[in-house]
Formats: sequence, structure tokens, C-alpha cells
Amino acid sequence: MAVISTSDFKNGVKVLLDKEPAVIIENEFVKPGKGQAFNRVRLRFLKTGRVLDRTFKSGETLEAADVADMDMQYLYNDGVEWHFMQPESFEQYTADANAVGDAKKWLKEQDVCIVTLYNGAPITVTPPNSVVLKIVETDPGVRGDTSGGGGKPATLETGAVVRVPLFIQIGEVIKVDTRTGEYISRVKE
Amino acid sequence: MEVETPLLCQASGTDPYLQPFTTTLLKPGQTKGERLYLQTSPEFAMKRLLASGSGSIYQICKAFRNEESGRHHNPEFTLLEWYRIGFGIDELIEEIEALLVALFYGKRNLAPAKRITYRQLFREMTGADPIHADLQEFHEYAKRHNIVEASVICGDNRNLWLDLLFSHIIQPQLDRGRAYFVVDYPACLPSLARKKPGDETIVERVEVFLDGLELGNGYHELADAAEQENRFDDDLTVRQKAGLPLPQKDQRLLDALAHGLPDCSGVAIGLDRLLMLMTGSDDIAQVLAFPVSIS
Repeated sequence: MAVISTSDFKNGVKVLLDKEPAVIIENEFVKPGKGQAFNRVRLRFLKTGRVLDRTFKSGETLEAADVADMDMQYLYNDGVEWHFMQPESFEQYTADANAVGDAKKWLKEQDVCIVTLYNGAPITVTPPNSVVLKIVETDPGVRGDTSGGGGKPATLETGAVVRVPLFIQIGEVIKVDTRTGEYISRVKE
Repeated sequence: MEVETPLLCQASGTDPYLQPFTTTLLKPGQTKGERLYLQTSPEFAMKRLLASGSGSIYQICKAFRNEESGRHHNPEFTLLEWYRIGFGIDELIEEIEALLVALFYGKRNLAPAKRITYRQLFREMTGADPIHADLQEFHEYAKRHNIVEASVICGDNRNLWLDLLFSHIIQPQLDRGRAYFVVDYPACLPSLARKKPGDETIVERVEVFLDGLELGNGYHELADAAEQENRFDDDLTVRQKAGLPLPQKDQRLLDALAHGLPDCSGVAIGLDRLLMLMTGSDDIAQVLAFPVSIS
């Protein structure tokens, strides 16, 4: 197993902390002029998203985490697990509800998203920054109302609910920012 | 008087936490030469000048410390170091403060400087006595403040506890825009400062902090050759335990002290950090044309 020393610490490096995979998001070298050197590190656990501050004596080591981000096509959900395919190798992976998390409300079959593998198994799924989805449920549209004010909730084909402008109708297709959950624009099919 | 001392030295300090750059001096055609060091500080050379009768001296010079780089550290950096014959810590602090006031005038308004003992500051910020507290108090403090790893890192080493708690808990809590002169360091962190007369538990050392950043380190200079040699030996013991290289004790410094060092105080100010604070930079690379981190 590869070992990572404090001197290799930098943002984005993935390590095993308390036996769980985590990514370094901040690393500060702290040293009293004539005293012991430390690294003050902020890490985010990849499975839970929890952020933790931890201090290391400079020179300490951690195990590297076998973590890789891969672009994969979302295939389908069998009711229990979500199935993805790596488009070059056609290799298929299954992710459980824990790994898919909130991403599930943005996943549309055929879309390409980022699947993070830890020891070869998916631990998180990140949807594309924006997705194009059809509206399956919303109050009747008000024709001609293009004002930005107000808006109304609309349910999308994946089950996500977003606020859309009043003129948007059932059956229309819209683009949504998955990071904020906000409506971006109407899409002509 | 302005002086210049060599960057390339025959002896390095014994300080366990300062790792020097080493190189080899070769005579023409020689293949196996003498080990030399880039200075980690000009203090030994300057104290030799003082012992030889230079009078008060100053210099701006480069210093080099290996294994140090980060937002506040560049392995090659600049020191402003000066010594005043006949000065105690109090006069030295007045002079440092006057320098800061003059440098920041018209650039940044500084709150009036605060002078405080290490012990008082430590107790105010952590509730624990740095000198007399049972180490168990530090373990419990770390647990309460969710830095459980501190117990593993520091164990039963009081110096490590002081370094960790001071840099992690105390420095970040210091008022921004106010210089702190922290005096009367615990005797377990003596460096080159002399013991305080009448109190064996503390040394006459001052550290300057501004915006929570360590800016300088000054001493009422230790002049006792025997005690200096004891401190070298203590450092070497720590180095040996940690498996670090064991440098030769600087015999020239010991000889100079034995010959007689005039009563004096001296301080080293990190000039790059001073520039950071004057220009509002948050990374030392912003005040260096060619920082090691990106070159």
C-alpha cells in the first residue's frame, strides 16, 4: 500500500484516515521558529462528506486511499441498486443508495456522471453540473407571463422538484443546475 | 555598526527543530572534502563579533532552513538581526516597537502593542499553566477541544505540548492589528536566552507576534560558556533520540563566550513576514520574486 508523508500533502490528495477514505482540502505548515513543525490539515471523508480538522507532526505518514474518479454512463435502477457502465471498457458497476445519495434525483438513463471508486467499488456519484429533464407535474402555465417573479414548483421525470417560472408547462423540457437545484432555462426538443 | 557574516559555515546550530542545508567544501581537485552548512541564523557569528569587541551591530542577511516551506515559510528567507550592548529585554522591546511603529506609519494603523508573559498568555487562552501544569491537564484540554491526536503526538513531552498548543490555540486567538511581545519563556524553551535572575523556571526571551504570526525572537543573550555547552548537549540528546544528524558543537562560539560576551540583548526579525504584514499579503510567496514553492 502506498504511503503518503506530510511533505506530499496537498489539496486533492486522497488518504485513509481512521480506515476511511478522505480527501485533503486544506493543508497548512505550522512551525514555531525554533519549535516542532506540524501540518494542520482539513479533510473531507468521501463516503459521508463529513469535514474534519486534524494535526500531524511533520514527517508522519498516512496510507494512500485507492480512489479514482471515472466518467460513467448511468444505465438503470433495479429498485435496489443503481447500475453504471464505463463507456470505454463496457465494464459495469453497481452503486447502493448510500453511494448514490442525493445524486439519484438527477440521474437520467444514458447521462454521463462521475462515479468515485474506492478499492474498485463506487462510494459516491456526482451528477453532471447541469441536466436536461422533462416536467411531469406542475400547475397550469400562465401564457405570456415571462416575469421572473414568483415561480412555482415542478416535478421532473426523475422525481426532483424545482422552482420554475410560471409560463413553464407540463411536458416541457428544462435545464437545471444540479449543484444548486435551480432552473436555468427551457430547452426546445 | 552594520556587519556581514558568512552564509557558509563550518558549524551549524544543534537546535533539534532546525535542519540546515549541508554542502561539501572541496579544494581544487579534491574529491572528499569538509562538510559546510548554510546558516540557519547569523546568531553564532554575530555573538563572536560581539565577544571580540565589535560593539552594537546589525545586519540584513539570508538564512536557510531545510524542511520548511508553506504559506509562512520559504526555505531561503531574510532576517534583520541586531544586538545592543547594555540592553535588557525591556529596552530591546521598546526599540522593536519603535521600529514597527515607524514602518507601519501611514500604511496600517496598529493598536497599542501588548506586553505579556508567556505564562499569563497561556493561562488566559487555555486555562492551563505552561510551567507547572500536570501533563494530564494538557491531555484533557486537547480532548475537550477535539484535538485528540495531540495526545498521541505530544505524549509526555512538555515542549511538544507547548509548541502545539501555542501555535494551534493561542496564536490564532491573538488580536489582529496588534503587536504582542511575549516575554519570560519557560526555561524548557531556552534557546540562547539567559535564565531570569531569581527565577530558574523562566528565561529572558521575547517573541514578537503580529496578526497571530511569529515575527521575531529576541534574548537577553546567554554569556555563560558552560551553560551554552550544556544546552548544546541537551539538544544533541534530543537529536540522538529522534535519529537526527548530530552536528559538532560550535567550539568557536564556546571559546568566544569563555573569552567574554558583553552584556547585551539581540533579536532576529523575519523580514519577509514583516513585508507580508505591511502589504496585507497572506502568503510569503507574494513578497518574494522567486519563491521556492513555485520556481
